[in-house]
Amino acid sequence: MAPFDIGERLRGLPGGSAVALKLDPQEYADHYFAVLNATLRDVGSETDAHTIYVAVTNPAAFVWTLAQALDVPPDRIAFVDAISHIMMNYANPLANATYVDSPRALEEIMLRVEYLLRRFPHPRSIVVIDSVNSLAIHNPPELLSEFFHILLNNLKSRNVLTVVLETSEEGATGVEQMLNLVVDETIDVAQAGR
Amino acid sequence: MDSPPAASPASDVPGAGGLMTPATHLERCATGIEGLDSILQGGIPRGNMVLVAGSVGTGKTTLSLEFLVRGAERGERSLFISVTESSTKLVQNLSTFEFFRQDLVNQGQLVFVDLPNLYLKLGLEREELSPEEIDILIRTIRDLVRSTGAKRLVLDSLTSVCYRIRRDEQIRDFMLRLGQELKEAGCTSLLVSEIGPQPGRYSLHGVEEAIVDGVVLLWNTRRMGDILRVLQIVKMRGTAHSRAQYVIELTPIGMLMAPHLKGGRSEGGP
Repeated sequence: MAPFDIGERLRGLPGGSAVALKLDPQEYADHYFAVLNATLRDVGSETDAHTIYVAVTNPAAFVWTLAQALDVPPDRIAFVDAISHIMMNYANPLANATYVDSPRALEEIMLRVEYLLRRFPHPRSIVVIDSVNSLAIHNPPELLSEFFHILLNNLKSRNVLTVVLETSEEGATGVEQMLNLVVDETIDVAQAGR
Repeated sequence: MDSPPAASPASDVPGAGGLMTPATHLERCATGIEGLDSILQGGIPRGNMVLVAGSVGTGKTTLSLEFLVRGAERGERSLFISVTESSTKLVQNLSTFEFFRQDLVNQGQLVFVDLPNLYLKLGLEREELSPEEIDILIRTIRDLVRSTGAKRLVLDSLTSVCYRIRRDEQIRDFMLRLGQELKEAGCTSLLVSEIGPQPGRYSLHGVEEAIVDGVVLLWNTRRMGDILRVLQIVKMRGTAHSRAQYVIELTPIGMLMAPHLKGGRSEGGP
């Protein structure tokens, strides 16, 4: 496959699409930064969209630091942080974040996304879920399937672009198979041009 | 006296339709809570008396207050009768929500009444109300509804009122008569109620749930140690409705609802 630009691919997707971005764990740092660059800057800032970032792998504060390095304005991104509470890392909450007690409270994650969509109504919204693997650590597969099925359908009906981060080794895992059933497309970040 | 609720064409009701559309729909009192109106196919049938039942801290009072504020915003006079908490404190708590508008209180669209003050004024000071005193209480509430022109009423809580009535047959009579008065006034009401410890019961005495037109049940459930607030419509006369369980969240912009995820497991109620 010829190298491609992730941001360009995401920008070319029809409204309401749900896409999985597959990161290689061997090159996680590079891939993660490329994904943030594509979603938060190329698609988010450059198309004047509003991003809701569901932080489960890293706390919102960490992602926000990276987003600032990418010149993402604070009024263009809001976080649903589902990890800081259980990491006991909640002392300095961000002004542009809402905190969920635990990554097991999947309905609350849905409700906070809903809240932020209503709070920041925008013609072009993006929801980034980081990541399916982190959610899978805390939730049984059946519950996670149900969560993604409901959330992604809801976001699709509202024309929201949903990007789900996934870290997988070669060969389809259970999580990958589940995600394939609910997303429209999977983009392998390793295939993207540098 | 206002006429009883009228029937309106099914096409007027948001959410109604499809192959299960009934011939006519009763006029709705939209709660203004989007998720709730959606599962009630447009709202509570106007004039219904609904029990909002749940244990402590499940959001009964907040849900009821939002129902009133949303109604007042739509130009429907709304009346909150408080038994346990002073209205000053209630308004203070309510002001933390963005959906609350003080101007609705100032304009008399949203009216708060402290029942203990009324008890004093009416001389109902005995611990257990006599049948005559119960009659006075019903007439007082009826007159309040008429004088304010209220189309929405919340009694918070029915449990506290019933604490002073006690006998099941008197509670039944009180509720039947109150329900009739409110229906005649075209007033849709929410009666806040604690639930008993027995599973499968939706009220403290067991009488209340049989009399009312609807039961909205709220409870806390645990998933791997985390607590979720759950809502379920157990009963609602005059409309088809979802019987599924929903997780609720009380946000600054109002109550939001999402389906309660089961992950293939079968779960009961409270």
